[in-house]
Amino acid sequence: MHLDHLEAEAIFILREAIGEGRAPVMLFSAGKDSAVLLHLARKAFAPLIPPFALLHVDTTWKFRQMYAFRDQMAQAAGMPLIVHHNPDALAQGINPFDHGALHTDLWKTEGLRQALGAGGFDMIIGGARRDEEKSRAKERVFSHRNAQHRWDPKSQRPELWSLYNTRLSAGDSFRVFPLSNWTELDIWTYIAREHIDVPDLYFAQMRPTVLRDGQIFMVDDDRFLLRDGEQVQPRQIRFRTLGCYPLTAAMRSDAKTVTDVIAEMRQTRLSERAGRLIDADPAASMEMKKQEGYF
Amino acid sequence: MDIAPEKPLIRLVTCGSVDDGKSTLTGRLLYELGAVFDDHLAQMQKEGQVDFAALSDGLSAEAEQGITIDVAHRYCETPAAKFIITDAPGHEEYTRNMVTAAADADIALILIDITRGISPQTLRHIHICHLLGLRRIVFVINKMDLVEYSRIEFNDISVEIDRLIDRLGLPDGCVIPISAVFGENLTQHSARMPWYDGHPLLQALLAPLPQKRVFDGFLMPVQYVARAPNDRRHYMGQAISGRIRARDPVVILPSGQVSRVAQLAGPDGPIENGQSGQALSVQLSDDVDCARGHVIASADTRPQMADQFEADIIWMQRSGLIPGRAYAMKIGAQWVNVRLAAPKYLVNVQTGDQLAAKSLGMNEIGRVVITIDRIIPFVPFDLSHYLGGFLLVDKVSNETAGAGMIRFALRRAQNIHWQGTDVTAADRARQLGQAPKVIWLTGLSGSGKSTIANALDRALLAQGRHSYLLDGDNIRHGLNKDLGFTQADRIENIRRVGEVARLMADAGLIVIAAFISPFAAERSMVRDMLPKGDFCEVHIDAPLQLCEARDVKGLYAKARRGEIKNFTGIDSPYEPPQNPDVYINTDQTPVDQAVALILEYLAH
Repeated sequence: MHLDHLEAEAIFILREAIGEGRAPVMLFSAGKDSAVLLHLARKAFAPLIPPFALLHVDTTWKFRQMYAFRDQMAQAAGMPLIVHHNPDALAQGINPFDHGALHTDLWKTEGLRQALGAGGFDMIIGGARRDEEKSRAKERVFSHRNAQHRWDPKSQRPELWSLYNTRLSAGDSFRVFPLSNWTELDIWTYIAREHIDVPDLYFAQMRPTVLRDGQIFMVDDDRFLLRDGEQVQPRQIRFRTLGCYPLTAAMRSDAKTVTDVIAEMRQTRLSERAGRLIDADPAASMEMKKQEGYF
Repeated sequence: MDIAPEKPLIRLVTCGSVDDGKSTLTGRLLYELGAVFDDHLAQMQKEGQVDFAALSDGLSAEAEQGITIDVAHRYCETPAAKFIITDAPGHEEYTRNMVTAAADADIALILIDITRGISPQTLRHIHICHLLGLRRIVFVINKMDLVEYSRIEFNDISVEIDRLIDRLGLPDGCVIPISAVFGENLTQHSARMPWYDGHPLLQALLAPLPQKRVFDGFLMPVQYVARAPNDRRHYMGQAISGRIRARDPVVILPSGQVSRVAQLAGPDGPIENGQSGQALSVQLSDDVDCARGHVIASADTRPQMADQFEADIIWMQRSGLIPGRAYAMKIGAQWVNVRLAAPKYLVNVQTGDQLAAKSLGMNEIGRVVITIDRIIPFVPFDLSHYLGGFLLVDKVSNETAGAGMIRFALRRAQNIHWQGTDVTAADRARQLGQAPKVIWLTGLSGSGKSTIANALDRALLAQGRHSYLLDGDNIRHGLNKDLGFTQADRIENIRRVGEVARLMADAGLIVIAAFISPFAAERSMVRDMLPKGDFCEVHIDAPLQLCEARDVKGLYAKARRGEIKNFTGIDSPYEPPQNPDVYINTDQTPVDQAVALILEYLAH
């Protein structure tokens, strides 16, 4: 019942964004939320191909498997895929080992602003959910951004009765979130119901790992800089969320199937983003990053 | 294994005044239902105690000020139901956010601090929840711990609430004594209040809700039209009421064309039956005029059509409602232009009394007659929020100015028919050998509008064109002699001139209109009255000092002496066009050059 309701709501929001927008685009990061969003977009416009491109703002530091998954999904959907790399971050060799918060700032926030500016997009559809994080819990479904891509949480537009005020002044845009009311558990039960493909990284396997600051990281390629005394060891792990691999902690798990993952999630006492190091920096909270243009 | 047990979804909103404990209740309820993760709980620790409010006050400004500014959406579930809890801000200043939180809720939890009683802001929230048609209102008497869980104090306030329910005609609600901080009477019966014989909060939330009233027939506002090569068009939207089957006869509104469903598809492909709440894609057996915003309805049970309504409006914009001004209105999947009359009354949210008013200020609620620029299908708000509720949007800033609820139509379409004419505007334009236009000269008094308008009129005549000059001063001697210079009258002045210009353009003429027309919203209203591309906005600009120095009619001098009120540039604002089609600075541009610029624009 409630999954049907959430599905209908998401399709409604997608059709509204495309019906009202001039230049829509969908952000696609190859994670589970992206996979569900793409699945919904294909349903919303079937039998036609969704009338917009997928945009991946890449950092070059995602898990290798995510790149393969991304290309495969875009091809299966028959939708154009735009991949953007911030040329400044590339030239300066910005990476998560040496540059800390600057990595997210330049590759993701600045990269996103560049890509959106270049495309002149007015409806930017993303898979963010309100249950992920406390500032996201405050955000509208059609979330207004000014010409500098800034979010002003203190003057959001009222949002009632699925009637969205989609009127924009020149240069402004909307971030549109069809999955606003979905919880992490809804995402997984829907993945199970609809047999949606997601990267294997969400399921437990023996993987090469190191233990760092009490958390487990996967050594996805030879760019991983080992500190003194760190040893690569195989551990049975999976990921609850996927980001840049050196910044995304894994969890020990035996959950090898979607059903296992759902059972495990019903037991867990930790939040979804507990393993995302970029959230923990108090000087760069999600709210601040969002105000600057981060998704 | 049943991995996704299906449960009903219940939407709650927590309302009440500042510091009555809404965020604390939301946080505590989530905690009691096991919806707070350990790492989040750790972040909520403050001096050894858990600060439950911190869970939903997620903005840094909220944490700094210790208040709720905007709605937080939180999610939790019990074995019996899933909940979306929206935590509404209590400050009057953020009423628009409270309305956002409450608009789609099923149940309102009205929090009342037992030590402070029912505050004015609580009454405002009760009134809004009632107006929005929430199906249940639950009164939650909080901070019982501060009165030692006193039965007497609780009884006193219960009596007061019963009187309120009677007076406002609220749906039956229950009154529950709780302590949000200590979790008393939330999920289980409180041992501290053995005298209380009602349900704890959670059980009260799970009691069956009264049925929603809905429209009888099938309704689907069209959100998107997809065109596939060599195939019928797909009309996509969500069914908001009724049922539909393949091959059913349907009507397209507002055109009234009738057709049949050729193919019906749901989210998983072709289906035989569709129903309310489903995302549908419909193909029709005939070629009909059906675009985004139109409504597909069952042919036998049609919604009403009208262009004038009585509606309850909650005003949200800092600048108040301006009677006569054109606002953009979103209803269903379409945008229309609407004008509002002065309110019939304003509601005193403390007493429920209806007061006389000339306008609605921010956060005020009133009954208003609205007139739309076309006939639309609708159902009253009680039957559909999507096709009976609407947003009003400022056409210049694009801010949401207000939200409204259609109560009933005043003038139904069956009573007025548009008289069709055989000769079209295009025929008349062809006969005159010219493209009709409305050249709209706007600028301060004394900027040179009339001079340029006259010279332009002469130049057009010399070219063999058919033109007519509408001059502000002349119109006020005749057609508009009943109007003064208040904001409402100035808007009506421009509206009438716009209608006259539209008729003349329809007759094939090139119309030159020279009016101060100080407000961007009214100029945009006239633009919207005309076929696309027929309106040419010319900004006749000159510095105020220069206009005042010219003072051809001695008006500035009078305004400076206070003998004329609301004089543009002196004590009434002029909003210059942001992107005029032609810009003329009369300080630097001689009249003949100004005329040449306008003619050049018309030539391309």
